[in-house]
Amino acid sequence: MLEIKNLHAAVDGKEILKGLSLTVNAGEVHAIMGPNGSGKSTLSYVLAGRAGYEITGGSIAYKGEDINALPPEARAAKGVFLAMQYPVEIPGVTTLTFLKTALNAQRRARGEKDLDAMTVLKLVRGKAAELRVSEDMLKRALNVGFSGGEKKRLEILQMSLFEPSLAILDETDSGLDIDALRLVAEGVNALRSPDRAMLVITHYQRLLEYIVPDRIHVLSGGRIIKEGGKELALELEAKGYEQIIKDAA
Amino acid sequence: MAAVETREKVSQLGEKYKYGFVTDIEMERAPKGLSEDTVRYISAKKAEPEWMLEWRLGAFRRWVEMHEPDWARVHYPEIDYQNAYYYAAPKNTPQKQSLDEVDPKLLETYNKLGIPLSEQMMLAGVAVDAVFDSVSVATTFKEKLNEAGVIFCPISEAIRDYPDLVKKYLGTVVPVTDNFFATLNSAVFSDGTFVYVPKGVRCPMELSTYFRINASETGQFERTLIVADEGAYVSYLEGCTAPKRDENQLHAAVVELIALDGAEIKYSTVQNWYPGDEGGKGGIYNFVTKRGDCRGHGSKISWTQVETGSAITWKYPSCILRGDNSVGEFYSIAIANNYQQADTGTKMIHLGKNTRSRIISKGISAGKAQNTYRGLVSVHPKAASARNYTQCDSLLIGGSCGAHTVPYIESRNPTARIEHEATTSKIADDQLFYCLQRGIGQEEAVALIVNGFCKEVLQQLPMEFAVEAQKLVGISLEGSVG
Repeated sequence: MLEIKNLHAAVDGKEILKGLSLTVNAGEVHAIMGPNGSGKSTLSYVLAGRAGYEITGGSIAYKGEDINALPPEARAAKGVFLAMQYPVEIPGVTTLTFLKTALNAQRRARGEKDLDAMTVLKLVRGKAAELRVSEDMLKRALNVGFSGGEKKRLEILQMSLFEPSLAILDETDSGLDIDALRLVAEGVNALRSPDRAMLVITHYQRLLEYIVPDRIHVLSGGRIIKEGGKELALELEAKGYEQIIKDAA
Repeated sequence: MAAVETREKVSQLGEKYKYGFVTDIEMERAPKGLSEDTVRYISAKKAEPEWMLEWRLGAFRRWVEMHEPDWARVHYPEIDYQNAYYYAAPKNTPQKQSLDEVDPKLLETYNKLGIPLSEQMMLAGVAVDAVFDSVSVATTFKEKLNEAGVIFCPISEAIRDYPDLVKKYLGTVVPVTDNFFATLNSAVFSDGTFVYVPKGVRCPMELSTYFRINASETGQFERTLIVADEGAYVSYLEGCTAPKRDENQLHAAVVELIALDGAEIKYSTVQNWYPGDEGGKGGIYNFVTKRGDCRGHGSKISWTQVETGSAITWKYPSCILRGDNSVGEFYSIAIANNYQQADTGTKMIHLGKNTRSRIISKGISAGKAQNTYRGLVSVHPKAASARNYTQCDSLLIGGSCGAHTVPYIESRNPTARIEHEATTSKIADDQLFYCLQRGIGQEEAVALIVNGFCKEVLQQLPMEFAVEAQKLVGISLEGSVG
């Protein structure tokens, strides 16, 4: 599904990713863990194609295709989804309007027909109920005045609506209390599927108690320095990043 | 780095001004330049009565002594008023009995503009008066309106057929000497629309006028007068387009609204005059005086404007709240892209007791454009318990444009309550990226965000025009994101 080889990427001319390699197969959930400043968010933005995140070396293949030159919206239409750490507010645009616009833009890019408002509404309502996204939230302006938990639930709702092949969750646990975390994790687990790969980026081991990954990669200084199974999270929790980085050096 | 690339890509995509075509049609024009003879020529062309000619000449003599205003935040080379035509008319139009007699080329033009004048119009239930350069070429639905007692006709016709009404109201809201451009208009206005809604009548349909400048080097000076008698209601819409030309063309209109006791007038504009090209060449100079007089007790006047076109916009649709308990509203979206300059806002003059006004202004600047909100809220000594609420929001796209807010507040009554809120924001990179990541392309994302920003104003427009305005917002900003 995703094959990253010796990836180098820079922001404002400063190299952040320094030779990162990673392979995620369909049906797998991988976690990327690492301290602040290790390049976790940069990796997620580079994968999504954000302007200003420049690939200076290496390659990203998604479903076997080099996507370096594709703009973000084209990647989205091909099934790359990034659940953001800080979902943005768009005043005056109702959540439902946003969902419909996005869904139809993706469909159009794939040569599919637009869905009408009623069909989208039904589709969204079905998914909203599972994630306890209220009717009221759908009518309010996108993320405006939403609590941290509401914002993250809406991200997962979008993931469920767009049915991506590759879902990247960037610090989805940040700002969530334990109940909200559990709800979001359940939503994510429900979306695990043999056709879908997930990359869960997190700081803490806590999230991984709920979303159990197949592999864990430790990112430091723009490189993967250690890899392992789910038990690696516990080792990290016990030793701390500093010790693990020292051990790896 | 990436930003520059995107900008180039986007500007290649940019849909150009789609109303920029020219209709090839034989024109009859007044000789170039402006003198008493020009005024007499126009008046004679219109077969006007003597009093109207005198009124025009009075205005012209005042205008000669006046100076162009220079207080607005707009810059343009000096206008040579002698180097323009003041009257241009399609040669074989004026005396028409039905649509069948209108030049098919004109009808084709209106079709291109999306204004079906015949059958489709009937279905849409909108009565349209279309002003092409200087003359009004077709008015639909006249008969049905006549049944309701509503007069909706070209002002040139009203001057001939309803002289008493015109004499009673013309120039009573915007006096002949009001300002340089209004005085110029009073001298040379060629056509426009007259509406009279009699006592207690709710106008059975939306009334609409489309203005089109077609001829080159020609100014357009239309004059609109709308009177809602006691307890009457009317909703009126105005749309404007012009061909692409390298030269700047002057548009100096005057609109007067009069609402008597308990009457309500809703006036909506979708202004899409040619804004000039990406380098700032050409475009319409839109110097317009629009004013409503809430003359009667409990009357209401509401202005809604979507200003997307024109190289320069100088326009302050205002309300004089004369009657006690009268209400004035101003809802505005002003978009300036490339080298456009907009200086627009409103004046709310509170004269009567318990008068209320509400101002919602949304200014969007992109490219190298400058966008100024200029507004006056004035509470006079007798306007006890007057209330005003003003909200001015500016949105900036890119780093080379400017937004300015210039509110003037004068209160001479201690019981008045005036609130003013202003915000300035940018379309943030993260907002744009969020939309892109969800599959929404650059242009559509900007349109979505800007339409969200303008929502409160768009909601004020009648449904079918709101849809058109939303699309226009998107088109006007194409190529604006980097």
